[in-house]
Amino acid sequence: MRRTTGLWLIVGFFGYCLLPWYMVGDGFLSFSWLSEFGAGDTAPAAFLATAQGRPWLAPAGLSLLATIPIVLANGASTRRAWALIAIAGTGLVMTMLQGFMIQHFPDFPFIAPFLSGAAQMQPGFGAGAAVTLIALLFMITTGVAYLGKGRADAFVVGLIGLIVALVGVFVFFPLSQVLVRAFELPDGSYALTEFVPRFFSSDIWSLKCLVGSGSCGPAVNSVLLATMTGTGTTLLGLAFALVFTRTFFPAKRLLRVLTVIPIITPPFVIGLALILLFGRSGAVTELVADLFGAEKTRWIYGFWGIYLAQMLSFTPIAFLVLIGVVEGVSPSMEEASQTLNADRWQTFRDVSLPLMRPGLANSFLLGFIESLADFGNPLVLGGNYNVLSTEIYFAIVGAVADPAKAAILAIALLSLTLGAFAIQRRWVGGKSYTTVTGKADSGQHADLSPAVKAACYGTALPWAVFTAIVYGMIIFGSFVKLWGYDNSFTLDHYIRAFSVDFTNGIRWTGVAWDSYFTTLSISTIAAPLTALVGLSTAYLLVRQNFAGKNAFEFGTMLSFAIPGTVIGVSYIMAFNVPPIELTGTGIILIIVFVFRNMPVGVRGGIAAMSQIDRSLDEASITLGANSFTTVRRVIAPLLGPAMLAALTYSFVRAITSVSAVIFLVSAQHNMATSFIVGRVENGEFGLAIAYSTVLIITMLSAILLLQLAIGRRRLRRRDRLQSPAPVRSRLPSLLPAGRTK
Amino acid sequence: MNASEKAGSIRFENVIKNYGQVTAVKDLSLDLEPGKLITLLGPSGCGKTTTLRLIAGLEMASAGSIFVGGKDVTNLTATYRNVSMVFQSYALFPHMSVFENVSYGLKVSAVPSAETRERAQDALAMVGLAGFGERLPSELSGGQQQRVAVARAIVLEPEVLLLDEPLSNLDAKLRRSVREDIRAIQQKLGITVVYVTHDQEEAMAVSDQIIVMRNAGIEQIGSPRDLYLQPVSAFIADFIGDANVVDCDISDVKDGIAEIQFGSASYRIAIEGEIPTQSRLVIRPETIRLSSYSESCRISGEVGYAAYLGNQVQYTIHTELTDLFVIDNRMDGYFPIGSRVSLDLDDSRLCLVEV
Repeated sequence: MRRTTGLWLIVGFFGYCLLPWYMVGDGFLSFSWLSEFGAGDTAPAAFLATAQGRPWLAPAGLSLLATIPIVLANGASTRRAWALIAIAGTGLVMTMLQGFMIQHFPDFPFIAPFLSGAAQMQPGFGAGAAVTLIALLFMITTGVAYLGKGRADAFVVGLIGLIVALVGVFVFFPLSQVLVRAFELPDGSYALTEFVPRFFSSDIWSLKCLVGSGSCGPAVNSVLLATMTGTGTTLLGLAFALVFTRTFFPAKRLLRVLTVIPIITPPFVIGLALILLFGRSGAVTELVADLFGAEKTRWIYGFWGIYLAQMLSFTPIAFLVLIGVVEGVSPSMEEASQTLNADRWQTFRDVSLPLMRPGLANSFLLGFIESLADFGNPLVLGGNYNVLSTEIYFAIVGAVADPAKAAILAIALLSLTLGAFAIQRRWVGGKSYTTVTGKADSGQHADLSPAVKAACYGTALPWAVFTAIVYGMIIFGSFVKLWGYDNSFTLDHYIRAFSVDFTNGIRWTGVAWDSYFTTLSISTIAAPLTALVGLSTAYLLVRQNFAGKNAFEFGTMLSFAIPGTVIGVSYIMAFNVPPIELTGTGIILIIVFVFRNMPVGVRGGIAAMSQIDRSLDEASITLGANSFTTVRRVIAPLLGPAMLAALTYSFVRAITSVSAVIFLVSAQHNMATSFIVGRVENGEFGLAIAYSTVLIITMLSAILLLQLAIGRRRLRRRDRLQSPAPVRSRLPSLLPAGRTK
Repeated sequence: MNASEKAGSIRFENVIKNYGQVTAVKDLSLDLEPGKLITLLGPSGCGKTTTLRLIAGLEMASAGSIFVGGKDVTNLTATYRNVSMVFQSYALFPHMSVFENVSYGLKVSAVPSAETRERAQDALAMVGLAGFGERLPSELSGGQQQRVAVARAIVLEPEVLLLDEPLSNLDAKLRRSVREDIRAIQQKLGITVVYVTHDQEEAMAVSDQIIVMRNAGIEQIGSPRDLYLQPVSAFIADFIGDANVVDCDISDVKDGIAEIQFGSASYRIAIEGEIPTQSRLVIRPETIRLSSYSESCRISGEVGYAAYLGNQVQYTIHTELTDLFVIDNRMDGYFPIGSRVSLDLDDSRLCLVEV
């Protein structure tokens, strides 16, 4: 008990007495606060609470002082553990309370007496506050561990506490702010009664387009689009999956590439390419106009444009999901059907297809959620077709900023995605007919009947060709001067974006460099953090048992179902004011990436960790290693591929993300995607496309580099082991060693 | 090595372990002497592995106290308990060599590297794997992997060594030699060993003391001999060896002798203390002597089934009261199915158990 709590006590005092408690105006890392140490708002809390008369900062310090006798006492007892929890808990709660109360309720009786004479505002929490609060948090968790909870493991309980606190502050707290805002009236007061009529107003839910008189509300538009996209991507994905798994199609590797491409494509790029093809001066439009004299229209800007873009964007995801589903159908079932005299079509219709039903539903819901959350394509192609995600954006940045409307729209969007998410988890997730068992199934999948095969080839192959053309347009378009008007070859776009001047040393003169470097550095910082948080969460979920584990899992997976626009809105609403004031910083971008992409790390980690026998960690622990050492020496080395996947994915997602960051970027910290969106809005398509191409290439190289870096480490290990005995494989299986025999 | 100093005693005081609504261990109290090999024996789901994991600190007691070597470890995590464990699956780290596996515990305990090397080599030598240090676990046979797991556990010189079904992944021939090795190592190091198994023969073969568990509690504690000769319940009688457990009437109890009626025959059985009025009679199948039918016999029956196994013949005999399972290992006669036989029971080898 002494070692752990003593360490956190020192950390706590360090944060309380030496670091600036509040945010420092020109950034903590400028260290300007050191030169005027202890003066003004940059002073540590110890100075603020005593010399500067801000007694509401005292509880944190007092509780640190009060824990000293407990920390120094020998041996752990239940009573001391409780005392530690109570004291540190009081300090933590009081400190959080003063932060929120001084901001929101300066007249509240609890805090008002302390405020006499002092300014009733204070800056947001800074480094000192963060360090102190984290130290207090870990004192609490250590106390809980000494009560024998969480297998009495201070590391595990601390990790649970940390992740709960992080998810609470950076997922639930912002969402709650959206809810609060939705009840706010224009005059700043709050009313419950106003919410219902505003939420269900015909502005949002109008069905007029269905009866042919005007346009529908954005919520209805979103649902219509999502339903169409979910259905379309599932059907196309199924065709691809059948071609991939049930035919002898020769270019399967190329099809596989299709599944990777959308991951590294910024979300609006497809929209841009479609404009180049079908816009008013698009290649296809021109061609059709020349050949048939058809009128050039702007049909691409609207429902059909968004639909086409979303089909292109999300079909690969359905493909990926459905490969697993189609392969999961046990061949013996199909063979059984055939021995019962069913022909290939009957087998497909009556056996294979029904077995795939849950998988198809799953794929539909995924497409549905993706379409609802999609922001880039509607933004580029939306025209007059309003969907929720873009309406939220315009309610924040439009001519008439209306945060309350944005909040209500966000709640509408959130309830739709959460509803679909809930259905997916409750109804589809649990139900599965896939018949993959431990037993080897040596049967052969039935051939497709000629009609089905023709249908699959007939849809999948043209679509694949179309996708290839669309991506070709992106590269091609970046070298064309002014699409549709001056089709001459040029490098101008690249030069404008990425020119470098070498005359006086290196000067990055291109307009894109700023956002490019910001994007790279923020993604590089965010990726390992995301992987760390995601895999830690997975470790807790797979390896530890604790009270409230289900709620914990739900909370950590929740951000998966929250559309980026909602996250963006919630972050500017929550983190624009003290005590946690982060807007305009680079930190908020890092945080938004970490918590948006964390669920993927969690899923990957869960899958990988379930493959590692639990008794490996238990063996390590009974050998005297603590949980942290176990994670470092046993679990992490065995998690190599999962870590690579989590790292790659979070890096790439951070680069391509647009929906959340577009709310959070600032002049100082502009991201590539929001920069490109800005160019598109200005009509500078060439520049936008050139930049997108560079981004795609950047991500491809990053993926390859990561593969190389982590791949090589494993090779080196093998070189060292030149054993004469036949090496079956380096890690024959992560199952219990005895079973490999 | 100095044996008795290192060995730790184990004491449970009213330990309870719940998983939600399920009780895995209920109100368990026990006191185990240091330096002994103790087996936790019982059918699957009886709580024996949970008990082992409670000693290791891999599970925390829901209530009660646990002492290892006289020290209260109830709220101490596994890392800080002086207890090592050999897992059923061996749990060798697949990314480390045999030597790295064995030295892992010393390394994380910050033992100097020269000492680490020496002690790991000693431990490997003790299990007969000197020279295998550079191999990966995947390059060893199942028996060798098992011995690496033992070496990895004993290198830390724990107060208590825990073995969770260590032989279950080995083939039958290997089991006997490995269990002898384990017994030899335990005797040599003089440490306390707690051994979980569901195989009663294995338990009888290695243990100083057997704890038979059933339904999350202790059914009986005793030496292998006690358990066989003095079972306290029909469950123990049936679980340890084979037994016919039959109804009987107690006609008289005096001077430590109970007189019981089994059918028309009566037998006199030595007993200790009080016996419950509702008792059943335990007849071990190998204590029943079969002979050709004679009028004067006390019990007679007809052979319903006979199985010739080479070193013994197993019979099922229909008697007027019940069917009896009989093992005849004298091999001096063979009674075909349908023949009438006489059965002789040896008073001194009968015992009574609670209903």
